[in-house]
Amino acid sequence: MTDATTQPRSRTAAALRDAGLTALISFALFLPLVGFQTISNIRNEIVVTTRGVLLVTLVAIIAGSRLCYSLAVDPWLKRRALKAVKTETPAWRAAVGRWFVPFAIGFTLVYPFIVLATSGFGGALKWVDNFGIQILIYVMLGFGLNIVVGLAGLLDLGYVAFYAVGAYSYALLAKEFGFSFWILLPLAGCLASFWGVLLGFPVLRLRGDYLAIVTLAFGEIIRIVLINFVDLTNGYAGISGIPRPSFFGIPFNADDGGFAAVFHLPFTPIYRTIFLYYLILALALLTSYVTIRLRRLPVGRAWEALREDEIACRSLGINTTNTKLTAFAMGAMFAGFAGSFFAARQGFISPESFTFLESATILSIVVLGGMGSQIGVAIAAIVMIGGTEIMRDLDFLKDIFGQTFDPTQYRMLIFGFGMVLIMIWRPRGLISTRDPSVFLKERKTISADLVGEGHG
Amino acid sequence: MRDQGDILLRVEHLTMRFGGLVAVDDLSFEARKGDITALIGPNGAGKTTVFNCITGFYKPSEGRIGLLHGGPAAWDALEPLTESGKRSLAHADGALFLLERMPDYLVAQQARVARTFQNIRLFPGMTVLENLMVAQHNRLMLASGYTLLGIFGFPSYTIAERAAVEQARAWLDRVGLLGRADDPAGDLPYGAQRRLEIARAMCTEPVLLCLDEPAAGLNPRESAELNELLLSIRVDDHMSILLIEHDMSVVMEISDHIVVLDYGVKIADGEPQAVRNDEKVIAAYLGVPDEEVARVEAEVGV
Repeated sequence: MTDATTQPRSRTAAALRDAGLTALISFALFLPLVGFQTISNIRNEIVVTTRGVLLVTLVAIIAGSRLCYSLAVDPWLKRRALKAVKTETPAWRAAVGRWFVPFAIGFTLVYPFIVLATSGFGGALKWVDNFGIQILIYVMLGFGLNIVVGLAGLLDLGYVAFYAVGAYSYALLAKEFGFSFWILLPLAGCLASFWGVLLGFPVLRLRGDYLAIVTLAFGEIIRIVLINFVDLTNGYAGISGIPRPSFFGIPFNADDGGFAAVFHLPFTPIYRTIFLYYLILALALLTSYVTIRLRRLPVGRAWEALREDEIACRSLGINTTNTKLTAFAMGAMFAGFAGSFFAARQGFISPESFTFLESATILSIVVLGGMGSQIGVAIAAIVMIGGTEIMRDLDFLKDIFGQTFDPTQYRMLIFGFGMVLIMIWRPRGLISTRDPSVFLKERKTISADLVGEGHG
Repeated sequence: MRDQGDILLRVEHLTMRFGGLVAVDDLSFEARKGDITALIGPNGAGKTTVFNCITGFYKPSEGRIGLLHGGPAAWDALEPLTESGKRSLAHADGALFLLERMPDYLVAQQARVARTFQNIRLFPGMTVLENLMVAQHNRLMLASGYTLLGIFGFPSYTIAERAAVEQARAWLDRVGLLGRADDPAGDLPYGAQRRLEIARAMCTEPVLLCLDEPAAGLNPRESAELNELLLSIRVDDHMSILLIEHDMSVVMEISDHIVVLDYGVKIADGEPQAVRNDEKVIAAYLGVPDEEVARVEAEVGV
């Protein structure tokens, strides 16, 4: 390939050959996936139709971008790499680094009012609920999983199980015993962390891939128990009519004792949504704050040391069993909080909400964001969850691809594509540097090359 | 030979089998308080296996490893302790531990035996200072009320953390790494990583420091610095050191007592001078049978 880069003609030829090969591969891949479509006709028979135009368009796009890449982008990247590397971080970057977190927290605090002002009561409901609350739930789950995966280096593929335990704990206890949300929130956290420890015990000896498989199985076990234990959980049908949280005893309804009446406001459902928004914001900030504190405590340092080198930990007298269990329990507790919030917000839960896809989404948020980084996780959650929601609204795509085109169906494809890009551009996630938990003179961030990824 | 009163570590009939392979065969030796005891032998002699048995990383197939805290009177309780089936025993005069019964982390935490590794095992993604803070985990854990008090910012933890940073700073000063305290440990040059690993082991406040080839990969100047450091640890901290080493300049210069292993069997045990002139030791190192030593020595001109 080095000869090809020196001579422009042979470089073009090589690029064309490469693009041709790409076209061939993508044609072979897309022919069965996109080229054929089965639809049921008017007599309810399934007939196969072909989608030649779409297939050719896709292959042409892929071959064209490959050609573009090898002719323009790749030489540009190489030229850039050859230029002297600037070691000094520019001043604006340092300023962004310093002000980003206060600004982000400030923005999330006023966010409901911004959307209220810009899109009115009707429109704001969607923006606060679908975007704000939905994203914040995943931010919180990401923060929680970050303790297990990012700090302690234990790959957990069944994290959603603890989310489910939290949700079902709240739903069942609130319905059966009528306990309030504020009692059940910590209780759900405790129950989830109890299950975390229960799972932790048998799997502590496992590392890496084996740990991942067992946690994956645990996630499935919980879901299947929820489906089959019909007497308790009502199976597939789920639990509906879950009591909603009240504003410190004042319910959000249209009655005389309701929130709107008490505060002399016109009744709209947005108050409850805004209350829920601030509730999950507080929970997410609490998770973040606790994680930051824990990192500076011996237990947090032991988690990170465990990720770096387990044997060295044991030689220093650290009980690695307990350390791993606390990581599992902590992560599970926050998932339990998020789960009980989820149940209270939806008012209806079923095992459908706790599939492996959820675990995978949370894990990809953590991996994309950069293991161990809170800001990275928050950004990744906004991109992934917010991205999904935005895709529901991209109506103009229907004008291009036809009325039957549903962008949300391509969600996974786009995620996969984004994931590949991120892994090329930033293999260790968006924010991969590590902040030391204690320093003598100067806090220097640690490059990702040195930080361990954990062995399970 | 000094009397039993000085003995800190007593290894008796230690045997370690891996399947059919006998890595350590009926090894007995003693390490005395305040001494630097060296364990030497050709490659594959079973030195690291002995270390792993002492520090609890391996459970020996047979044998007893006793460790003493405090006065010598507690050694009298060795037989009753063995018979009782317990791991350790508190005595009016100190405490006695049976290391072969303890898991690795308890050997470090309760029996206070610290170790380093042949292939350095630092926490490369954590700073030099953090490495030393992790070493003080158990003390800080207690001060933070097992995290509960610490998370609410109780002063007991703040004070303990400040003391821990001070201790880390003192050790960094001694190993000459104070200027690099906030750099990641993985960025340090090899020799500095070796010194940091020793400082980290010392931060656990051990009674016995086990060093697995601390001079491996060091140049002569670094070796000399290491000698100085080990002697200062021994004199200033009254530390007892157990050492595996190949570098004879280190071994002969600083150790008080040498145990030589070959194929898992002890072939010599004594003062450096005596071991240096031992026929069996020379034979083991030259890799020839005893009777041919003289001929080979003449050939290579020793």
